[in-house]
Amino acid sequence: MRMDEGIELSLTIAQIIQRLRGSHLHSQIERQAKECLHQPDVKLESLKEDVRSFLKTSGWERKLQNAVYRELQLPPRHPPAPPEHLKEPLVYMRKAQASWEKRVLKSLNSMSTELGVPLAHMRPAAEQKELTNKWNEMGTDEPDLSRFRPVYAPKDFLEVLIGLRNPNHDSSEDISVRSHWGLIQVPLNVRDIPHLREAYSELNLTSGQMGIDDHALIHPAVLCTHSLFCLHVSCVVVMEEDSAAAQQYSRQGCPTGLRADLWALILNATNQPQDVMHYEQLKAGVIQHNLLVDNLIYKDVKLTASNDDYYFVFEDFLYQVLLCFSRDTAVLEHFKYNSATPPKSYIQGEIISVIPFHGFSMYVAPLCFLYNEPSKLYNVFREMYIRYFFRLHSISSHPSGILSLCLQFERLLQTHLPQLFYHLRQIGVQPLRLAFKWMVRAFSGYLSTDQLLLLWDRILGYDSLEVVAVLAAAVFAFRAENLMEVTSLASAEAVLADLSTLKVMPLIQVFLFATAM
Amino acid sequence: MEAVKMMQTMSGTPDDTKPVNFTVKAPVYLQIGDAKADTAHSGVCVVDVNLPFGKPVNIEEVTFKNYYTAYVTVRLLRRNPKQEAPAKWCTAVRDLPLMDNPHTEGGSQDYYTIHRTQMQVEPDHVVCARLILRQPSLAWLTFSLEDIKIFPHTEPDPEKEVSDWLSDLTLTDQHPDLEGLPDPQTVSSSIQQMWALTEVMQTNQTTASIGRFDVDGCYDISLLSLT
Repeated sequence: MRMDEGIELSLTIAQIIQRLRGSHLHSQIERQAKECLHQPDVKLESLKEDVRSFLKTSGWERKLQNAVYRELQLPPRHPPAPPEHLKEPLVYMRKAQASWEKRVLKSLNSMSTELGVPLAHMRPAAEQKELTNKWNEMGTDEPDLSRFRPVYAPKDFLEVLIGLRNPNHDSSEDISVRSHWGLIQVPLNVRDIPHLREAYSELNLTSGQMGIDDHALIHPAVLCTHSLFCLHVSCVVVMEEDSAAAQQYSRQGCPTGLRADLWALILNATNQPQDVMHYEQLKAGVIQHNLLVDNLIYKDVKLTASNDDYYFVFEDFLYQVLLCFSRDTAVLEHFKYNSATPPKSYIQGEIISVIPFHGFSMYVAPLCFLYNEPSKLYNVFREMYIRYFFRLHSISSHPSGILSLCLQFERLLQTHLPQLFYHLRQIGVQPLRLAFKWMVRAFSGYLSTDQLLLLWDRILGYDSLEVVAVLAAAVFAFRAENLMEVTSLASAEAVLADLSTLKVMPLIQVFLFATAM
Repeated sequence: MEAVKMMQTMSGTPDDTKPVNFTVKAPVYLQIGDAKADTAHSGVCVVDVNLPFGKPVNIEEVTFKNYYTAYVTVRLLRRNPKQEAPAKWCTAVRDLPLMDNPHTEGGSQDYYTIHRTQMQVEPDHVVCARLILRQPSLAWLTFSLEDIKIFPHTEPDPEKEVSDWLSDLTLTDQHPDLEGLPDPQTVSSSIQQMWALTEVMQTNQTTASIGRFDVDGCYDISLLSLT
């Protein structure tokens, strides 16, 4: 009803004002408003309007709009619901996440005891000096990491997800057997192709996409106009510094040269002095203390990114970002609003924000292609983590959470490739076990970098990780013929081992818009 | 049925209002045919809410926490105090969806508020309320509503009536209720004062220094005393 909407709207407005009040942007705008009083065209009689129009023309209103837009991304609040409910409404999921966090922490603690390495200790002065000097080339270090092993691997997490049960769910045999085909037994609402077609209409076969339609095969005249037009639009978007427009634009892919700016705009990841200062503080923390987790980060980078043809050059950057990230308590602040607290712990008075798992560094690696300034790279990564990546290794009912993505992948396959699903089950292969590692890393390290960035354009553009599940199903659809021939798990894995030649957008487009219904 | 006191404060804001004390009968799950059959899940449940005897309530809003109920219908038994007619049942809310899809988790454990403006009838002089819960899906073992609260409608503060005729004289904008924020009028008037001050300063500029932090003409930070 309209009046109820009005009440809700003013409540939302009041909440957003509350959150923005006292922020740096607020003091900046206040200062600007005070300074503009000196201007001759600001008159006493029309003071309010004049100040307002000044703020508009000088671009401050746009900055405020961006900040409000960012706040709107957070979930709405209804007065009666307690905070943990806003994080995650389902009680059994909250419990599962809490016990998973405990398990991870216990594993870390026992590793510490077993190896005789303290969870945190202060570095001696000489070591601090050495690290400061070597900050830009930490990759040259070759510490002995053989004793350290990752706290957990994605497949351990998959087992937890598979074991998840709703105590109120009736799983007797009378119920449709469809739920017993796949591994995920939680009845979350996931979207099927008809709904996805509506939601992702910009990916229609008739719409131009960056990365396909600027291919050389198209007539040069058409190519030039189309590319120029897209480039022009994106330039305007960047110059106007419009977050919402950038997000809308990103749905059809970003031009390579402007991607860095567009992403920073969408994520509202500024690189203002206080951001740089925050990064420097974290860096100081790294130099002062050595955390057990640091060794895990080193090991992860050495095992994954350093071995990758595309990312090994960024090894030093990865250390600079990840070591700081593991100490960033501001990351935890944000999780008060969002669902699912990531695994955190107090270690001798220091809070670790995130305990990395095997492959964690791959979240950062692709970003190194876009940003070469460490504090900017750090800010963008932190925003991406807070908005999207943390959902890939937490237990929640969120539509972008890994649980929903797994279920969506299974359902898409069961609905549109039933023969393939059945065949794989017959030979003892569960498709999710093959696709899980792709989804948990948002395909980083599996696709070629340019294709990966096109995929992540859509994650940002649609503010959802759903495309990751859709792509996983699309890959199976693409390789369906070969998969129907295999007779063992090993050969199925071999068919899906190399994704580096895949073109992401045609696969998604064909799967969503050309699948017979 | 115990007689219970109704607690009510005279404040206008919903935050201060206490819910009505009432008794809730045990929910009744309806079955077709033989009520003893345990094998078939019931898809309909009726929850009767008996408000304090002799004190009809004007309802402001009803809040509850869902537990896997798909749809809720609210029926009210109203007794008009002016007329001698017997109390009548009416439907306030029909089949309000609480879950996006009865078979999946969305909305299954959410908190809900039904405000009087969302109701099809005026929920005044209510003696009894009946909540009819429906869950057609076989996916769930049980369904219910928890923590049901009914908040009474409070009349606006009588003191406001005095200023009614005052507000007729001055035209004020309708601002949304922004709690804790300064009044826009005071902010703009203080900005006007600041502006006037800056104008005065500009016209009366002197070359004499303020001399607040000078000591013998020099400005030495270590000579600043911090009290």
